[in-house]
Amino acid sequence: MKAQDPKERITNFNEVNLGYSEEEAIKEASRCLNCKVPSCVKGCPVSINIPAFIRQIREQNVQQAIKTIKESNNLPGVCGRVCPQEEQCEKNCILKKNPIRIGYLERFAADNETAIKAKKIARNNKRVAVVGSGPASLTAAADLAVMGYNVTLFEALHKTGGVLRYGIPEFRLPKSIVDKEIEYIESLGVEISKNFVIGNILSLEDLKKDFNAIFIGVGAGLPYFLNIEGENLPGVYSANEFLTRVNLMAAYDETKSETPIKKGKKTVVVGGGNVAIDAARVAKRLGSDVTIVYRRSFEEMPARKEEIEHAKEEGINFMLLTNPTKILGTNSIEGIECVKMALAEPDASGRRRPMQENGSEFVIACDQVIVAIGQGPNPLLLKDSNLKVEKEYLVVNEMLQTSDKLVFAGGDIIGGNTTVIKAMADGKTAAKNINAFLTQIQ
Amino acid sequence: MPKLNEILEKQELAEGIVSLKVYAPDIAGKAKPGNFLIVRIGEGRERIPLTVAEYDNNTVTIVIQVIGNSTKEIASLKKGDIILDIAGPLGIPSHIEEKKTVCLVAGGSGCAEIYPIAKSFKEKHGKVIIIVGARSKNLLFWEDKFEKIADEFIICTNDGSKGMKGFVTTALEEVMKREKLDEVIAVGPLPMMSAVANLTRSKVKTKVSMNAIMVDGIGMCGCCRITVGGKVRFVCVDGPEFDAHEVNFDELSKRNSLYKEEESHVCRLSLK
Repeated sequence: MKAQDPKERITNFNEVNLGYSEEEAIKEASRCLNCKVPSCVKGCPVSINIPAFIRQIREQNVQQAIKTIKESNNLPGVCGRVCPQEEQCEKNCILKKNPIRIGYLERFAADNETAIKAKKIARNNKRVAVVGSGPASLTAAADLAVMGYNVTLFEALHKTGGVLRYGIPEFRLPKSIVDKEIEYIESLGVEISKNFVIGNILSLEDLKKDFNAIFIGVGAGLPYFLNIEGENLPGVYSANEFLTRVNLMAAYDETKSETPIKKGKKTVVVGGGNVAIDAARVAKRLGSDVTIVYRRSFEEMPARKEEIEHAKEEGINFMLLTNPTKILGTNSIEGIECVKMALAEPDASGRRRPMQENGSEFVIACDQVIVAIGQGPNPLLLKDSNLKVEKEYLVVNEMLQTSDKLVFAGGDIIGGNTTVIKAMADGKTAAKNINAFLTQIQ
Repeated sequence: MPKLNEILEKQELAEGIVSLKVYAPDIAGKAKPGNFLIVRIGEGRERIPLTVAEYDNNTVTIVIQVIGNSTKEIASLKKGDIILDIAGPLGIPSHIEEKKTVCLVAGGSGCAEIYPIAKSFKEKHGKVIIIVGARSKNLLFWEDKFEKIADEFIICTNDGSKGMKGFVTTALEEVMKREKLDEVIAVGPLPMMSAVANLTRSKVKTKVSMNAIMVDGIGMCGCCRITVGGKVRFVCVDGPEFDAHEVNFDELSKRNSLYKEEESHVCRLSLK
């Protein structure tokens, strides 16, 4: 796919990937072998009928293609951009050496959709509350609305979308795409209640009085810190804060937003996931020289390969096998002290455990540090609930039902730090099981 | 029927300090002393944390002291205007016990937070001594309200234009000599709360309500983190009240000054 030139794009927040032209899309779609037993579908967490929509693109029937996708996925514009297709559908493609770019084609279909309003759906007399408005919740809400339930979605922030809104930057996922897809979900009949902090205004017990079932998809919004000296110096951001200021609050555009952001001259980002790469690329666009510090090697980095490549093209430095031990400075950041790491044998997670090399301390001079080492569940909603938790994550059975049979959950709140599409798959599973549960108890 | 988040009443309380009574029944029904709200008045505007100063069945009242561009804009709203976004009630409410002798110390707009706390202690049959401090008498407000509920009400001004001349700590020191206080709660500028903490250290249990910079206010970003007793805590979800003798005031003061440059820059731009 064509992309903005790296030299150009580090000066703006416009989307990096430019999307397929119709000609390019048809050409790519024509490579599909239309397998009798399509293994690509097995790789898709929400089981999109991939060969069908690709065929429809090839036949120049894009509107039918998007209909096919929306039978299984209500966020195609989002998924076409941020799904790790190389690990899923495309990995399973029979054309091993050069798999069909299914993600790019999904994005092409979504971007060229003309009708965005859903048809009117008959409502039943049952109500379902959905807490949170990230990918898991949006998917559960949309599927339940299509089944005829009266769905109310509660969001604590002033805008919906969860991590799609506050986490993923504009240049990777334009907010206009998020708006358009949420508008579609609203048109399915989902009612949205913003600025509504469940746990503080209404408890889960309160919700149970008004709703027949509840889905919790509040994600993992609590940022982890390194717990090292100097971490509370002004100018040390969690990636959550840095990205929320820039994405949700649009701090990158001073003419439109009053929310300030500190622009570093030399920024160190700690971490190796997609969030770390996003934070680094944002800092670059704000004019900083950027170094990513990660304690393992490229091989273990959880970030998408495509994003790592994009970051490299944009001139972001990587210091691997490096771990921070101290942030230096008195009133502001002067540098970050790190040690060199070596990889030991693989641990239980299968990743090779990094070990500190004695006496390898060195200092990277910098004036901004962004900590992107993951996040855990936000305790706000669950503080007064009796739901069973393990290490603060909600415990669910294979139906995604919590210890309270009326309450289902999915996404990062049940496991932590997965992907948009896996959260969506949870939303789908939960919607199906909520329907089965409510039909059964009727 | 008023609209959601409609301003029903506006009062100029003192120089640069206004109160807005807002129709927000869901929040009002759950608000307690010590809670705060996150307020955003329009597209492109900041999310600003503001204390719940008063509440009844359907309304919450917030008090705004103009300190920067955002507070200036909120303070310029009029009766009938609608606030775009209000989320809350947020933070852990004040812990208010029965029959306690307490001294509540407010500096500047800290009065807005001290008032519902004072009322609550009084409703629980406590002895309530209130000390209010300001630079000058034109910055004082709600004296009549405090007068009504306090067992003793002491005003301090730096310039002596009303009440005692001097700082709230002078008045507090005098109260500590003659009263057996169960607790002191202080709300105001950081240097004032820090001074109160130093005065009461190893003498009286003391709480302070921290005002940190926030973004979401629901525990998602860690912008408002402070060190309390050597541990990192988030003001928005673990506070806003903390043990005054455990808080690292110096660190928070540094963190709160991070955007000084940007704020003055925005003031000059004056977004319209």
